[in-house]
Amino acid sequence: MENTIVKSVNYNSYFGENHVVKNVNIEIPRNNVIAVMGPSGCGKTTFLRGINRMHELIPGASAKGQILLNGEDVMEMHPIFVRLKIGMVFQRPNPFPNLSIYDNVIAGYKLNGIKLPKAERDKIVEHSLTRVALWNEVKDSLNKKGTFLSGGQQQRLCIARAVAMEPEVLLFDEPTSALDPISTSTVEELFHELKKNYTLIIVTHNMQQAARVSDKTAFFYMGELVEYDDTKQMFTNPKDTRTQNYITGRFS
Amino acid sequence: MTHLELEIQAVKTEVLNMWNLVESQLQKSRNAMLHFDRDLAREVVLREKRVNAFELKIDRDCENIFALYSPVAIDLRFLLAVLKINNNLERIGDIADGIAKYIIEALTDFDKEIFTKTGMLNMYEEAIHILSDTRLAFEKEDTALARSIFKRDEVLDNINRAAIPNVSECIRADMGAMNDALYVLSIIRKLERVGDQTKNIAEEIIFYVEAKVLKHQDPNTKVNM
Repeated sequence: MENTIVKSVNYNSYFGENHVVKNVNIEIPRNNVIAVMGPSGCGKTTFLRGINRMHELIPGASAKGQILLNGEDVMEMHPIFVRLKIGMVFQRPNPFPNLSIYDNVIAGYKLNGIKLPKAERDKIVEHSLTRVALWNEVKDSLNKKGTFLSGGQQQRLCIARAVAMEPEVLLFDEPTSALDPISTSTVEELFHELKKNYTLIIVTHNMQQAARVSDKTAFFYMGELVEYDDTKQMFTNPKDTRTQNYITGRFS
Repeated sequence: MTHLELEIQAVKTEVLNMWNLVESQLQKSRNAMLHFDRDLAREVVLREKRVNAFELKIDRDCENIFALYSPVAIDLRFLLAVLKINNNLERIGDIADGIAKYIIEALTDFDKEIFTKTGMLNMYEEAIHILSDTRLAFEKEDTALARSIFKRDEVLDNINRAAIPNVSECIRADMGAMNDALYVLSIIRKLERVGDQTKNIAEEIIFYVEAKVLKHQDPNTKVNM
């Protein structure tokens, strides 16, 4: 199996005239955790949203270049299929407020009109919640609303919802910025487990988190991919002065 | 300047202060030996406590920065290097203290001729010079100067290697000078360790500034790395 799962080739994103992501070329290896960091407005979230074609949902947004998933251009795939293969988890936990924990996990199937026998649904729910280390905490309250859970549990529920669709890649946009340190630590531990089965791309402002959880780190600045290397290398001896200035807090 | 930069600057100043003290300890133990000045030797022994206090303070400051700031890249390398430099300086301080104790315990003044015949005096001068130049390399982040230390340490190694025949020769020439000759041999061994410690420090400076690991490399390779 080809080791590169996601590849961007001369990828550019725009909001109207505003050139937000500039000619990004990056290869993301399978079953790795990739941290994407950079100052606010550097284009990291826009790049992330380009990977599963969420960027194009914004009015006036456009993109050039290619994002390849297993060598195939995502622009030539059906967007729903792309988002099934590349799940996404957002900054704030966003379980469907009117759905139970159980229904939240299988929401992706329901929304896409995929009908499954009850036994299979049960299996998916248990499997997904186990994958995010939530099963033991909620197995006796599956019918309660998702919003009944704590912030950290809600975020893991959202990850379970993404995992339930059996994606290959999971995108995370600041997944722990709304969580307390204990919940953050639980989610970070989860990343180490999840990478056994998925490839994780995480946008984070938290450099220590990037250092703790990722195998490789990409540093974006003013829309450009400045440096992309093994995380250990980036945090001990970055090659570009801009990266060094950013991670040591000397950025002006 | 960020708060972390200020903290790191403070640690650097502290290391340089320790360095000055250690250099002065080495210088004073040399003068005490040359002039058989027991009072000066006692002063060195007393001031060794200050060297130890510096070591503890710098260790604690580094620990606090690790815990509070999670330093990365050059800041991380600086602190890792400082922890080792701190340790090396403290050992050089111990060596100065050890030499001073020889002067305190010696019954009579040393035969100065043995100092020159064995090359010990030159060795002492060079040890002090390389320690001082290494300090300058640390202060200015001058890796070329740090690299020059590896070659200069060879001077100390050569004198150390020739120590046994030279000291034996002195003893053969004058059996009455045996005690002095043995003290001189011990001092030469200690100064050789000063050279080694200084070389280790030079490696740490290069690691901190250039992120290159020179430890355990062949001396010739090291100079060109």
